[in-house]
Amino acid sequence: MHHRFNLLTLLLLGALIVGACAGPNATQETPAATDPEAETEDSADETSADDAGEGSLVIYSGRSETLVAPIIEQFANATGIEVEVRYGSTSEMAAILLEEGENSPADIFWAQDPGGLGAVADAGLFSTLPDNLLSRVDPRFASPEGLWVGISGRARVIVYNTEMLSTDDLPDDIVAFTDPEWAGRIGFAPSNGSFQTMVTGMREAWGEDATRDWLAGIAANGPSLYENNTATVTAVGAGEVEVGFVNHYYLYRFLAEEGESYPARNFYLNDGGPASLVMVAGAGQLASSQNPENAERFLDFLLSTVAQQYFASQTYEYPLVEGVVTSSLLTPLSELNTPDIALGDLADLQGTVELLQEVGLLP
Amino acid sequence: MSRLTVRDLWSTGQLRARQARFLLPSQRALFLLWIPSGLAAGAVLLPILYLLIRALGGGESSWEIVLRPQTLETLWRTVWLAFWVTVLSIAIALPLAWLTTRSDLPGRRLWAVLTPLPLVVPSYVGAYLFVSALGPRGLLQTLLEAPFGITRLPDIYGLPGALLVLTLLNYPFLLLTLRAALLRLDPALEEAAASLGLNRWQTFWRVTLPQLRPAITTGSLLVVLYVLRDFGAVAIMRYNTFTRVIYIQYQNSFNRSAAASLALVLIVLSLIVLILELRARGRARLASPNRPSRRPARLPLGRWRWPALLFCLAIVSVSLVLPAGLLAYWLLRGLAAGEVLGDLWATAGNSLLASGLAALAALTCALPISILEVRRHNAASRLLERISYAAFALPGIVIALALVFFGANYVPSLYQTLSMLVLAYVILFLPQVVGTVRTSLLQVHPNMEEAGRGLGKSAIEVFARITLPMVRPGIISGAALVFLTAMKELPATLLLAPSGFPTLATSVWSSVSEAFFARAAAPALLLVLLSSLPLALIEIRQQAKDKIVR
Repeated sequence: MHHRFNLLTLLLLGALIVGACAGPNATQETPAATDPEAETEDSADETSADDAGEGSLVIYSGRSETLVAPIIEQFANATGIEVEVRYGSTSEMAAILLEEGENSPADIFWAQDPGGLGAVADAGLFSTLPDNLLSRVDPRFASPEGLWVGISGRARVIVYNTEMLSTDDLPDDIVAFTDPEWAGRIGFAPSNGSFQTMVTGMREAWGEDATRDWLAGIAANGPSLYENNTATVTAVGAGEVEVGFVNHYYLYRFLAEEGESYPARNFYLNDGGPASLVMVAGAGQLASSQNPENAERFLDFLLSTVAQQYFASQTYEYPLVEGVVTSSLLTPLSELNTPDIALGDLADLQGTVELLQEVGLLP
Repeated sequence: MSRLTVRDLWSTGQLRARQARFLLPSQRALFLLWIPSGLAAGAVLLPILYLLIRALGGGESSWEIVLRPQTLETLWRTVWLAFWVTVLSIAIALPLAWLTTRSDLPGRRLWAVLTPLPLVVPSYVGAYLFVSALGPRGLLQTLLEAPFGITRLPDIYGLPGALLVLTLLNYPFLLLTLRAALLRLDPALEEAAASLGLNRWQTFWRVTLPQLRPAITTGSLLVVLYVLRDFGAVAIMRYNTFTRVIYIQYQNSFNRSAAASLALVLIVLSLIVLILELRARGRARLASPNRPSRRPARLPLGRWRWPALLFCLAIVSVSLVLPAGLLAYWLLRGLAAGEVLGDLWATAGNSLLASGLAALAALTCALPISILEVRRHNAASRLLERISYAAFALPGIVIALALVFFGANYVPSLYQTLSMLVLAYVILFLPQVVGTVRTSLLQVHPNMEEAGRGLGKSAIEVFARITLPMVRPGIISGAALVFLTAMKELPATLLLAPSGFPTLATSVWSSVSEAFFARAAAPALLLVLLSSLPLALIEIRQQAKDKIVR
């Protein structure tokens, strides 16, 4: 009887030991310290190297590890800075920053959408960025107060199922989707930050009443409401719905994984209205940062040609800095008929959420 | 009146019990247990304190959201979902439990190992897989299109989908408690009923089922509280429960006060459930002093053999083979397309380490709480036991944010370390192990412990040599439950793990959220496999032991 108990205990202990051995980073707070590559310093960047090394940098990333880890690693290798990254969704990371307040260990918050950045900025947790960083992007892609800067762009598009529709079937104007002929054919993610920013853009461009009418018209068409953009694109590809309101770059993951035969493509509305907004993923520097110089260096790196080229070619996003070539798969930013709305003016997310709740698109 | 001697008095049970209480210092040992129990209860109350700070800090406006008319609707939807998930789980678990313990079902041992395993599938993975398989244009529709011309299946979204996923992934909570109870039943009662002329159905309804009541209430409690907490399944199935509305507050308007006041409503709801369970639990305090000396006979199924087999097959196919098969399919397709598997072993190691520590820590907290509740059955000990359930209905994100708040601002040295993550797991999963340990402690008659004391052994020795071996099954299955739920827990892990500490759950999430399904398949499969091991091993060991006994 006793040996059986021991066997199970051994099993549990075994699991712990395996865990302890396989995960040596567990109790280490600075995993990059053991990374030999992190010590190799790029001579070009060696401006203030001393015996203590280049110090460290803590990044809270609302962007996915699969997308941004390679470019962060490139920064760490080039500068010798020990970089520590926490990954989560943009809203979770923003919520953590709000809870941590002044005691946050973070130096940089890199968010998926302006909404998350706005929440942290409103709480007064960001420091003002220097002009030499802000001036690298079009002013509409940065915070008007200079609290965050756009890093990469994504266009609002209509994704459509190519087996059920052709581009001729699609209207030029987002208002047309309130027509009853689209009943049961539309899908989108009302809780998604980019969708909400688009609605905020509508409120800015059209006013409250017209926006409410549009939302009510869409709601009357019985749309399928998905959890996020990925689920929306999946549903369009499967033919569950015929069109989806999403950001442009999700489609390219599906094309990469499923092949060119994947039956969905992007359609750019050319009405120059809020539905053609270009959104950004952006970053800001925490006022409580312990490593402000490294934080600035990191933002500088993200706006460099090297990093911008990475976003253009690896994540199918729009580079925001002049002189970087957009992926050949995308319609260039300059050819898009985008509205003249500054993203920094689209901070009133609460009003949008209330409107969405009012028409029953959000609980 | 004859002379009453002291010797006579000694022989009465009352005095013996009194002597035990007075002369044996075990009460002092029990007294010491209040310290760890109180600490554990304090930890569980941290999130509630946090919610109060946030809700009251937001002023009156934070209560507006609670007073909206939609709140009542959300409350109703949540209760409705929890009710039906529980009813359906009982409908699945009760026959499965009976078939795998008391019948001559073909392959009974195999079914006993397989049927609890759906518990290891995370709901966010399970729901996603069910949509791809059974959605309007999912795999099943593709299969049906050619032969039957079906171009669209009825919508899975909403209540049906949420009900399906949550039932299929959570019925094992009930199955496990029911199986344990069925194995412990004394066959004498059923035999007596049979000899009094009751047929098999009558015996089951009038003798067996009433004895299963505590197991059904305990299992249902776990199911209900899990439904209240779940986010993954209701989000993907688009059914707005309280937890989803709370998430949307955080996600969309970053409104922490509104989210906190909604979460407090969820706590009130869970308190009502806890009180109901306490009532349903009944007064049965002690098991018969002797364990049943033999196992009840297995009843032949006769012509019910094949329908019973079909039932087991159907449940296991849908809840286990379908998800695992789809994951394997994605993995193989990804590998064929040149997908490179990352360093999964280090990630798996992190998961095992954090979840293993969580199981040990939760056990350490649960033992004193359960011992106090069972051995000193008074208001204070019962309150402690109930408090351990207080945070169980709270979504992971609420508990994680509470620990972020306290950790970053008051104990920065522990913040973002493994110990903080383990603490979160303990708060989240303590009730699972308190429940199982308590149930097995109830079966140890205090006479056994007193006999040990009477023979001159110390309290610690008695605990180690008598109590512990007898509650071992409860301890092991409770620890296994904590282990596997910690393995699949997502929000707390994302928010609290040390930086650079990827786990299987966070790897799955990070790939799925960016539509890298092939890349998500490998960690998801490994997660399911590793979490299955303890459950399967416990069952296989139990079966081996039964063989020896027989």
